[in-house]
Formats: sequence, C-alpha cells, structure tokens
Amino acid sequence: MHRQARVYVKTAFVQLLVSVIVGALLLINAGMPLHPRLGLLLPVYYHLLMVGWATQLIGGVALWMFPVLSRDRPRGNERLGWIAYGALNGGLLLRAVAEPMHAMTPRPWSAWTLAVAALLQVCAVWLLVIALWPRVRGRPDMNRSRMGGG
Amino acid sequence: MPRVSVFMIRTALIYLALGALIGGMLLADKGVHLWPSFWTWRTGHVHLMLLGWTVQFACGTAIWILPRLDAAGTRGAMWLAWLCYGALNGGVLLATLSAPFAGMAGRERVAWMTPVAAFLLVAGIAAFIGHVWRRIRPFGSVPARVT
Repeated sequence: MHRQARVYVKTAFVQLLVSVIVGALLLINAGMPLHPRLGLLLPVYYHLLMVGWATQLIGGVALWMFPVLSRDRPRGNERLGWIAYGALNGGLLLRAVAEPMHAMTPRPWSAWTLAVAALLQVCAVWLLVIALWPRVRGRPDMNRSRMGGG
Repeated sequence: MPRVSVFMIRTALIYLALGALIGGMLLADKGVHLWPSFWTWRTGHVHLMLLGWTVQFACGTAIWILPRLDAAGTRGAMWLAWLCYGALNGGVLLATLSAPFAGMAGRERVAWMTPVAAFLLVAGIAAFIGHVWRRIRPFGSVPARVT
C-alpha cells in the first residue's frame, strides 16, 4: 500500500472515530438532554460519516488497488490525489465548525466559511474523480508498454 | 476489470461528482442564500450519494474482485450484473428526479416515479445478490488458473 493510500485510509478511520463520538453525543442527547443545541450537529455527523469516512476510505483503497496506468507513472498524477485530500479534509473541518455556529447565530463570516467549505469539498471530489477515472478500465494490452489491471 | 464493472464504477464516479455538486450548492446556500429553490434536490443528493455512488461502487468492485467460479476465470451469470446496472441506475435517476419534477410538473403527474424507482432498486439489488452469491467462497476452493 503506497503512502497516499495509507494517509487516506488512516484519516478515514480518524473521521470514523470522530463521527461516532458525535453520533453518540446525539443519541445520548435524544434520551437524556445534555444541551438544547446539540441537535445542530446532526448534518455534521452525517457528513463526517459519509464523506470523511466512507468516501475517503473508498478513495484511498481505489487509489491503491485500481489497475495501474503505466510502468513509468503507475498511478497517474499523484498530485491530484494530494490536493483532493487536503481540500476534502479542510472543507469538512470548516463545515464541522461553521455549520452549527451559523445555525445558532448567522454571521457574515460563518456564511462565507460555509461557502468556502462547500467549494473545497466539491473541488476535492471532482479532483478525486479525475484522478481515478483513467484507472477504471479493463485488462490493458501488455504489448503497449502498459501493465497491471485485470 | 470486466466491462460491467467499468460501467458501474464510472457511473458511480459521475454520481459522486454530481451529488457533491448538489451538496456543495446546498451547503453554500445555507450561508449565502443564492438559490433557495434548489432545496428540492436535497432528497436527490441523498439518493445519488448513498445508492448511486456508494452502493454502485461497491457492487461494481465486488463483481470485479470476488473469487471466480472455475479455473477458466468464469464470473457466472453476467446478465444479472447488467440487470443490476440497468435497474439500479433507473431507480436512482427516478428517485433523484422525482422531487424536482414534482415541483415543476405537479405532484400528481410524477406520482408514478417513486414506486417505480422503489421496484427498480429492489430488483437491481436482488440481481446483484443473485450474481455474487455463488462467488462468495473460501480461498482454495477454486483450482489455480491454467495459462
């Protein structure tokens, strides 16, 4: 497993841990009220789980396991994967802070932070799709300086 | 990677890109209120991301990577995998478009879309399970491939 895939998968597990802690707080709050505004974390919980954990884990494993492109550049442009990683986790972090704060007290800074978080996450996903797209293919022709696949 | 897996995984990536775009617009709208009518796509965002992206990606990868049935590398009934592809995507598209279409054309005229979507989604997943069931087997139960 190459370094990029390890970083994706380990970060996905950290996000899973954080999301189940948030989910646990929401569950406790539903039966034994801790704070009236804790429920504002519900969309953050969903997105930490589905974007931070599921999508990031799938992305990391796909970057590792999908058929390689060529002997020279087996995984294509790895820089795309790194930019996607930074944008995905940066966008999620901004969202996790700004979304509940904006729901409590809307302010211009929190409104624009949400817009930036959205832009970062969309860019991250599109870059990940661009990085993976050429590697989704059938068995390559071994006679044309390609390898792997199957 | 078999052709059906290429189709499923690439379609899943397209849904991921579309679902993220819709989700990004909804999140930005929470802050800057540029397109409030776009909230009719919220249910579609959930369907695209859960079924169109996550489930379809998992199905496509499983069809590619699960153990083969024999030493010749047979994957079994591929028509079931193609049925899964068609039904799952039909269901995802209908479920995604039903709420925005209801807003445009009226709820009564599109009332058929969600029941048909539900039927297609169940049929798609049943076809997938029908395809992969025999391929879930222990290591060593398939003889080594002769090349």
